Amino acid sequence: MGHAATEAAFAAAILDPALPPPAGLTTARGAPDEKRFAVYRNNVAVGLRKALATRFRVVERLVGEEFFALMARAYIAGARPASPLLFAYGDDFADFIETFAPAASVPYLADVARIEAAVTRAYHAADAAPLAIAQLAALPPERLAETRLAPHPAAAMVRSRFPVGSIWQAHQSETVAPVSAAGGEAVLVARPGFEVGIHILPTRDAGFAAALFAGEMLGDAAAQALPADPDFDFGGALVGLTGLGAFSVMTRMDGGGEDDGDD
Amino acid sequence: MPYEPLHASRLPPRAGAGFKPEHYADIVETAPDIGFLEVHAENYMGDGGMPHRMLAELSARYALSLHGVGLSIGAARPLDKTHLARLRLLIDRYRPQSFSEHLAWSTHDTGFLNDLLPLPYTPETLARVADHVDEVQQATGRQLLLENPSTYVLFEESSIDEIEFLDAVAERTGCGLLLDVNNVMVSAVNHGLDPFAYVDRFPLARVGEIHLAGYDETVDGAGERLLIDAHGSRVREDVFALYRHTVGRCGAVATLIEWDNDVPGFAVLYDEARRADAVLADAAARRPLSRSA
Repeated sequence: MGHAATEAAFAAAILDPALPPPAGLTTARGAPDEKRFAVYRNNVAVGLRKALATRFRVVERLVGEEFFALMARAYIAGARPASPLLFAYGDDFADFIETFAPAASVPYLADVARIEAAVTRAYHAADAAPLAIAQLAALPPERLAETRLAPHPAAAMVRSRFPVGSIWQAHQSETVAPVSAAGGEAVLVARPGFEVGIHILPTRDAGFAAALFAGEMLGDAAAQALPADPDFDFGGALVGLTGLGAFSVMTRMDGGGEDDGDD
Repeated sequence: MPYEPLHASRLPPRAGAGFKPEHYADIVETAPDIGFLEVHAENYMGDGGMPHRMLAELSARYALSLHGVGLSIGAARPLDKTHLARLRLLIDRYRPQSFSEHLAWSTHDTGFLNDLLPLPYTPETLARVADHVDEVQQATGRQLLLENPSTYVLFEESSIDEIEFLDAVAERTGCGLLLDVNNVMVSAVNHGLDPFAYVDRFPLARVGEIHLAGYDETVDGAGERLLIDAHGSRVREDVFALYRHTVGRCGAVATLIEWDNDVPGFAVLYDEARRADAVLADAAARRPLSRSA
């Protein structure tokens, strides 16, 4: 057998436990041994499951180790890591959880996974200076409404119909505190410096933040937020999000409309 | 072509430890006297954040060994050019004193398999591995140390002895070798070989670094001892005896304590490193000028 064929057979048997070990393997005693090949199968399976369990700790706590292993196995079967950068493995685990029927009884599970995926992404994201309030304050008021803010490379938002921020928080300590929050929550994951922060946003700011993350101008984002919640406070929301590290520093102090020649 | 000194390692001939982020604060606060730190290259291939901050800080204080686990040098398929570029970036940025990878493969058409898988030793695989090592050294602009694997199976088609295979790759490419003494023990027991004879036959003059780790033990389908390269415990006594024998033959060589699973506090790793350091100091005192093969 040539090198490529040997490897293809080896890989196929690792990926499909129903297959026998590949032909052409042997031992010092001259006979193949299934248990020895199983070491490789086990290394691959356990390694990937551990990578997921390390990244999605709260998801595992919510469903228990046994169920998590089952869910991880199903995910792994359909989604091998695309690269040797294992910290990126599971970026789409939340999407899978949403389609995984046995997990349907835990409807907030996928959104908790989204928070945990965002935390790892934030941890490894590019370093960038966060936007400073002073930069916004220096803008001529008439330009402020036309300004678009660039999300910080480490920042991400998870909006959920469930109190996922509170659920996530309750599972950070050894003993799980009861979650009293009800209703949806918007969670901002950000890392303006080196520490990743996970913040539950005030409900009235969620739509505004989401609009800014979608690239809307400040004025338009505020116009969308106000009718949804009359308590919405433009200045407070903007200062709050900026302080948490949601946005990158503006590269042109003249700011405004971002790219005047864009259209 | 002028002969290149293949044993040229710029890691100090002392014991080092595998770095884990959970030990960062401890290391920065206590500044332990340790020869070097080694990291898995792939964990530092993100764009920024704490991983790079830690590596910048540590590489300013300690000699650094960059150990790749994802290049898949032993694969039939071409090397991943994107991954090579990432390695080049890391090497340029942190200027590690050593860069090493494995005689193994881990990437297939279906993706990354996250294990160091074995390859048959044939003229075809030898040519391919040598080409790959050559490509890595060209792409990164520096010498690579290639590590002997721990294996659980043998290939019927293998026609070249493992040591001869490694020696030939080094001869053809100018790469150095990383001798993992735990892997020697694991493979020797698993394939009914004498681990001391393996070390005695190994081209020790090419060795730029030694690895030590703990193994697990089970039995195979025929009830024979099967050692597993587990990296989750202290170095076993038989591996340590083999290490003493190795250093006795090749002199003091940078030696890493590897611990990747169930990682204990840094004090335990430090303790293991001191044990290895004592062996290295002893070898240096007894054979101050020796560096024989």
